[in-house]
Amino acid sequence: MDLIEIVNVTKKFDNFTAVNNVNLKIKKGEFLGLLGPNGAGKTTIIKMLTGLLKPTEGEIYIDGRKMSRNNVEIKKRIGIVPQYTNLDKELTVYENLVFAAKLFRINKKQYSIKIKELLEFMELEEYKNRQVFKLSGGMQRRLMIAKALINEPDIIFLDEPTNGVDLNGRRRIWDIFKVMKTVGKTVIMTTHYIEEADYLCSMVCLINEGKIFKNDTPDNLKREQGRYTIEYFDNQNGQMVTKYRHFKSKEEALNHVPKIKNFHYTVRETTLEDVFYNLTSRKVV
Amino acid sequence: MEITTVLWREFIFFKRRFFKITASALINPLLYLIAFGWGLGRDIQIEGATYMHFVIPGIIALTTMNTSFSAISTRINISKIHEKSFEFYLTSPVNMYLLTMGHVIAGALRGMYAAFLILIISCVFGIHIRINLAFILICFLNSFLFAAFGYGAALSIDSHYDMSRFTVYIMTPMSFLCGTFFSLDSLPFWAKTFINILPLTHASVSLRNIVINGQFNHTSIIILLIYSIAFYFFGAAMSYREMK
Repeated sequence: MDLIEIVNVTKKFDNFTAVNNVNLKIKKGEFLGLLGPNGAGKTTIIKMLTGLLKPTEGEIYIDGRKMSRNNVEIKKRIGIVPQYTNLDKELTVYENLVFAAKLFRINKKQYSIKIKELLEFMELEEYKNRQVFKLSGGMQRRLMIAKALINEPDIIFLDEPTNGVDLNGRRRIWDIFKVMKTVGKTVIMTTHYIEEADYLCSMVCLINEGKIFKNDTPDNLKREQGRYTIEYFDNQNGQMVTKYRHFKSKEEALNHVPKIKNFHYTVRETTLEDVFYNLTSRKVV
Repeated sequence: MEITTVLWREFIFFKRRFFKITASALINPLLYLIAFGWGLGRDIQIEGATYMHFVIPGIIALTTMNTSFSAISTRINISKIHEKSFEFYLTSPVNMYLLTMGHVIAGALRGMYAAFLILIISCVFGIHIRINLAFILICFLNSFLFAAFGYGAALSIDSHYDMSRFTVYIMTPMSFLCGTFFSLDSLPFWAKTFINILPLTHASVSLRNIVINGQFNHTSIIILLIYSIAFYFFGAAMSYREMK
């Protein structure tokens, strides 16, 4: 069943087209990744899905209802972790969550229980009385996720949720997202971390210059490309450039190695980055 | 719910920064009183009252204007541009009109607090000011309308640097021209007519009439009310501007 439907959506800012005639259907319980380089239009899509921006053309439906900035019923069902920290830095961790709960009209009895659960889940309990500006970047990110989950949303939007978080922090956050996936939440995530999309997403949309040009499971995308890649240096017009060859199996890739006359090469599994690069000649990161 | 939630948040902010907020609210009126009251006008009589009785209502009007405007515009500006926390409102199931009201009341209360501090300082200076319900209502309306203006102004700009435009071209000229420190009687007709359109004129002249004569002008209250409603809707409209 399609929970979210994007129909012929275009978003223009003056003469610049940020999103160009996008069509997309997202099923309930899907963990969808919008993968593309900076400026590809990922955040604009998320902003339109959450009612922050109005499409210039086209329509967005969530659970059969048209999304608009005034659609309170849909807003009650969504949680958002934006790209930038959206916390009130003067307030403590606990107060930030109470503030969010109050805006969602959750009563005190309910939010006390929910906040306790979230603080435990995010491992923030011992910092609950600390003002946000005194928290590390990773903790602030975890608090943002807690804030997005305060209303127990069934649709969660994650806009580059681990942006600026160190590797350990990122791994911890991924575990949290895995739990969301397991409990059947519908998640739409933008990222330019390839391994993040690979690790978490059940579906990936490759997006470039405002257009979704490929939409499939990470596995299918890589299989279509060739599961193994040889990455090597080659001399092109007197300049050393990195080149890629893709193969269906490791054996096939290894058999090709002697044909490479150059000094540096790597045989490795194909990544979503390779798929993206092959289709656009652009890197995601 | 939105109103009480915003007031609750602003109360925490106020409590946490109580001494800083109080100290900064005291500095300007204290300087005005020393310079214009003690220094300049100790022996001057104007409109039948001592200059201190003349100037204190003007300073109250001026301070409620500045405090309400900056309290709310700074908070909104930071939450919109720096903290990005304003975006959370836009994606929450809130009524933007009530949310605007919450912020504007919070700003107005900050203005009222500043007025209260001036009255205390006046007592310290040995000047006792006559206060009645109309005085409180005018202070509140003046604070409310400038808080609403500050809210709308902060949401209408896209950079911190643009905020100074409102201060330089609107707030500062009004501070000096709207009969806060001097009588408008000696001004040419055209200037007086223009200045009489401005809300701060009505606030300072009305407060002064209450302090000196115990009377107030109903028209001024109606004008302040109209400004309050207009700026409130301007603020609410600017909230929606964020969702382009």
